[in-house]
Amino acid sequence: MSIEVIKPGLASSIQDKGRQGYYHLGIPPSGGMDQRSLVAANLLLGNPEGSAVIECALMGPELRFTDTHKVAACGAEMLPRVDGEPQPLNEVFEVPAGAALSFDFVKAGARLYLAIEGGIDVPERLGSRSTYALGSLGGLQGRTLQPGDTLGVLPAHGLATTGRRLPENLVPAFYKRYELRVIPGLYAHRLEPDSAERFYHEDWTVASEADRIGYRMKGGTKLDFIKREPPFGAGDDPSNIVDACYPIGSIQVPSGSEPIILHRDAVSGGGYAMIGTVISADMDTVGQIQPHQKVRFVQVTLEQAMDARARYQHVLEQLRNMP
Amino acid sequence: MSNQVTATTRYSQAGDEFLFVELSEEMTLEAFFRSISITQRLRDIDLPGVVEICPANASYQVRYNPDVISAQTLQDTLEKLEQEVASQQVRTLETRIIEVPVLYNDPWTHETQMRFRDNHQDPTGTDLEYAARINGYDSVDVFIKAHSETPWFVSMVGFVAGLPFMYQMVPRDRQIQVPKYLRPRTDTPKQTVGIGGCFSVIYSVRGAGGYQMFGVTPMPIYDPSGEQPHIDASMIYFRPGDIVKYRAVEREEYDNLLAVAEKGQFTPNVTHFTFDLDAFNQDPDGYARRVKEALYEH
Repeated sequence: MSIEVIKPGLASSIQDKGRQGYYHLGIPPSGGMDQRSLVAANLLLGNPEGSAVIECALMGPELRFTDTHKVAACGAEMLPRVDGEPQPLNEVFEVPAGAALSFDFVKAGARLYLAIEGGIDVPERLGSRSTYALGSLGGLQGRTLQPGDTLGVLPAHGLATTGRRLPENLVPAFYKRYELRVIPGLYAHRLEPDSAERFYHEDWTVASEADRIGYRMKGGTKLDFIKREPPFGAGDDPSNIVDACYPIGSIQVPSGSEPIILHRDAVSGGGYAMIGTVISADMDTVGQIQPHQKVRFVQVTLEQAMDARARYQHVLEQLRNMP
Repeated sequence: MSNQVTATTRYSQAGDEFLFVELSEEMTLEAFFRSISITQRLRDIDLPGVVEICPANASYQVRYNPDVISAQTLQDTLEKLEQEVASQQVRTLETRIIEVPVLYNDPWTHETQMRFRDNHQDPTGTDLEYAARINGYDSVDVFIKAHSETPWFVSMVGFVAGLPFMYQMVPRDRQIQVPKYLRPRTDTPKQTVGIGGCFSVIYSVRGAGGYQMFGVTPMPIYDPSGEQPHIDASMIYFRPGDIVKYRAVEREEYDNLLAVAEKGQFTPNVTHFTFDLDAFNQDPDGYARRVKEALYEH
């Protein structure tokens, strides 16, 4: 019941729905960056929706299966191949014992979720199997996959059916450019008014530093903070604050130049002013944006965020009830 | 309601799952004490829908499930708790005093700071020499004494897993302050003790960092593999509200303590303590002596 890692891919890690309740000690939630695709891959196989899967970023791994397993791959468009033969995305297929599973280059999206019937078997740490690499915690030895690693698989439950497919209306769409909805706030009042306004009216380009900790943005005009005498303990730069907690999804702008959206492996706090927070319904989308793609930030109210949240939850309900 | 102000307190919605509360723009012991008191009460009342409660230096943050509790109800509750804390007659905190042994001026942080000298304000000196000079101390030794002699409050745990931010328990005019590196380093030894701004930290893991580096502690503070008996199942040793007293050690004692820690047998010197904010404010120096007495005479 094991899978051998021949090539690890760019940054493949074990993830589930993440851990909760340790952020006040600096341990972030971790978990799949695109939860919807993680859940879809598990539910296709009949797994509990939060079973541990392999999150594959931009370039997938090559894996040798010592036993036969049914699998499902959802999320970014990276065509799976079994011993070179193309396999469908968003559909259960079988990898026979001894076969190698590999992936083509990513065509759209950024992260693919590979679920195995039964789920990946790594120990639960603080209530989750998710990898938090910065803290060497969870997953396989607290890190991304390496050549020669062996992954255990929990016993198959026998519910998975080859050919079961995600309904067309639940297959995610990927785009060349994205809009991310943001509730302005936190330290937005520290920005010069024209900077606060302009942030939402310019294209931003995702930098190559876009990982599980955060997504850095480039290409927009530098934001100006209102000049002032720094408060005691904050630091000298106008973008500094007395070190505070960083909400997941919050957008900080060190020195005003390159905004960073924190994601599920976030540093839990620090001394840079945040100017708003991406709404929860758009966080999966962030995890599917590739470096060099364009983003616009769109201001929304809490009420609009709650509407988007309800629509997101409706999609999850449809996944749970899919035929 | 996304950005209301009550006196100095500022409530801000952070997306649809976080409420961020700034108690003071500047760092004060008063603001920290309110942060720790309000978040402790919120923990105690076990409010349905509250998911994570994170106290910080002069602010705090609550993660909540808006399908269970509305943002407005949560904010109303927090405002009520804040008023209760403000009307408290006795301002005390049940906590512990922890001694942290430090090898100052150690070879590992020294080697690291030399590799990143171009990122530093003073490329010709060391972090300790720089910090001593800009804080008006005649020598590195006197500076080390100032850093290790006074107690520090753990005012926040985070950035990365288990890293304590500590606030020096002395009147503001005597607080050590140093700027962070001009450009952050990509490397910091594990368990480095340093300062940035007015906060002393202990780096829990090896990695990037921008604080000035003064030494290393042999005491494990983050334990993802569960090998250290003094660290509980949370894997994290420090809690906001802990009081830390550094103790300068020589190389021989450091090596011995490190060997003990590597065998999973490190036992910190720690004692229970009731911190009294008003007694501290009346006589910070006398109070620091009481903290030391509590630690060394229990």
